[in-house]
Amino acid sequence: MTETQNTVEFTPERLKIAQEMIDRYPAERQKSALLPLLHLAQEQWGWLSPEVMDYVGRMLDIQAIEVYEVATFYTMFHLDPVGKHVIEYCRTGPCCLMGGEEIYDYLKQKLGIQAGETTADQKFTLKEVECLAACGMGPVFQIREQYYMNLTRDKVDEIIAELSR
Amino acid sequence: MGKKILLEHINVPGIETYDVYRKQGGYTAVEKAIKTMSPEGVVEEVKKAGVRGRGGAGFPMGMKWSFLAKPEGVPRYLVCNADESEPGTFKDHYLMKNIPHLLIEGMIVSSYALGANKSFIYVRGELMYVIRILEKAIAEAKAAGFLGKNILGSGYDLELIVHPGGGAYICGEETALLESLEGKRGNPRNKPPFPAVKGLYQCPTVVNNVESIATAAWIINNGGDAYAAIGIGRSSGTKLISASGHIKKPGVYEIELGVPVEEFLYSDEWCGGIRDGHHLKALVAGGSSVPILPANLITKLANGEPRLMTYESLSDGGFQTGTMLGSGGFIVFDETACVVRNTWNFSRFYHHESCGQCSPCREGTGWMEKVLHRIEHGHGSMHDIDLLVDVAKKIEGNTICPLGDAAAWPVASAIRHFRDEFEWHITHPAEATQPGAVFKGEMALV
Repeated sequence: MTETQNTVEFTPERLKIAQEMIDRYPAERQKSALLPLLHLAQEQWGWLSPEVMDYVGRMLDIQAIEVYEVATFYTMFHLDPVGKHVIEYCRTGPCCLMGGEEIYDYLKQKLGIQAGETTADQKFTLKEVECLAACGMGPVFQIREQYYMNLTRDKVDEIIAELSR
Repeated sequence: MGKKILLEHINVPGIETYDVYRKQGGYTAVEKAIKTMSPEGVVEEVKKAGVRGRGGAGFPMGMKWSFLAKPEGVPRYLVCNADESEPGTFKDHYLMKNIPHLLIEGMIVSSYALGANKSFIYVRGELMYVIRILEKAIAEAKAAGFLGKNILGSGYDLELIVHPGGGAYICGEETALLESLEGKRGNPRNKPPFPAVKGLYQCPTVVNNVESIATAAWIINNGGDAYAAIGIGRSSGTKLISASGHIKKPGVYEIELGVPVEEFLYSDEWCGGIRDGHHLKALVAGGSSVPILPANLITKLANGEPRLMTYESLSDGGFQTGTMLGSGGFIVFDETACVVRNTWNFSRFYHHESCGQCSPCREGTGWMEKVLHRIEHGHGSMHDIDLLVDVAKKIEGNTICPLGDAAAWPVASAIRHFRDEFEWHITHPAEATQPGAVFKGEMALV
């Protein structure tokens, strides 16, 4: 256990960013940096393991449970290992009006996985998400910080081919 | 062409940078406010403007500001709600991404008015790329002397912090947002006390939407009276409308409040009409939470007069024949859209996003989703329709935050106006569950 904890540490660049994030909030209010730090951690490790959450908790001087209860509440955090690219597919009404369900079926068929699953080569994980605030450009999915909009079968083919390289 | 206040310079190349924004007259409101006006004077102009909360609730911003408690020695906070998550709404995303300095300028003017020295912009976590745009804009504004210590030599200090959410619709509710900003789960707080008295870190706090705060710069430059002269009556100013669905030109449009709904929908200046070969069936005018209206009620009031894009006109007739302006999420449905399927979809959304604190919402949203799922999938009974109405009624007004109401209204209104479509799903399950099947009977019974 001790050994695992020792290996969990932000890179020097991220450690600097983390400290800046903590310093932004008023004194004694460092817990406010929890969501920013969890995003930073997920950027580094891809998902939030208990060890990573414990590490973030120690940085903020808060109980581990305070980290777990937050990480499990917000849907952006992956609590299990994920593939290299996490496709977060919008399933909400306005996207569906623009053919979102049909494109989603096509994507699932193409990757051979269902929501919540990862492809055997560990390249893609598929997640269903709610409205991404891009309704005029639906159907939409997101991979990390990138929005992919006005999706068609052809576009899905291109994106998957590009990311499979 | 209507008056443009927020998007006037949106097409100027490079407007996302400080230099171009400044050349277009940017940050003059900060200079004017800080050098020539008292904080109370700024509040007064915003009050005169009559600008109403653009996040959906429509509460007058100046009045909200005037409620802010000012105990000695206690910091006050301004928090911008950029957690835009209401289905059908993408205007704040558009504004922040394309013209970030407009929000920054509004934040400085508003923070000065409220006496806040540390202000926050809470942006939904999915928009991490927009967070980076805002942080760059903040760094530019700081380098130019509009943020930081002793702004323009006035002795006024301000720091702006962009804070990411984590993917939770509920954090758009202001007290849930404050909980989230404190590093907790986004559970709405019981009120009172209101944030104006005990908000962020239990200090007096104002929470305003992106679009609301962005109006502050224009109001200071041109005066509250000039703003109030735009629009109609208590619907003053302009509003950003996010148009989506079965229209020719989806996108974000700035309209003067008071444009007829029919004109907004069919004019080439805005939505450009329904896509070719199709016609209007239904419309959600203010984001997924507001009542859906059939074609005959959305463009005309019950008395036959044209319905206008104002808070008052859209809600004319109450929930029997009206709806709400809400966040301005304008979702258009043509005759290929299935109202039952869409209602089920929205119900699933609210069930997914309920924080789980209040049992009517936690349990009720789940039951509505379940019952709608079985109707949509051919297993419903006639009793289910009344059951849905009953569940919706029992959620409405019985929760500590408006998510419960927001979940109940789409269901209640869909049944009110499209009951025959629900009944058809129940009486014709084999037909109704065919892919793409849509009720073709008499539509839009009022």
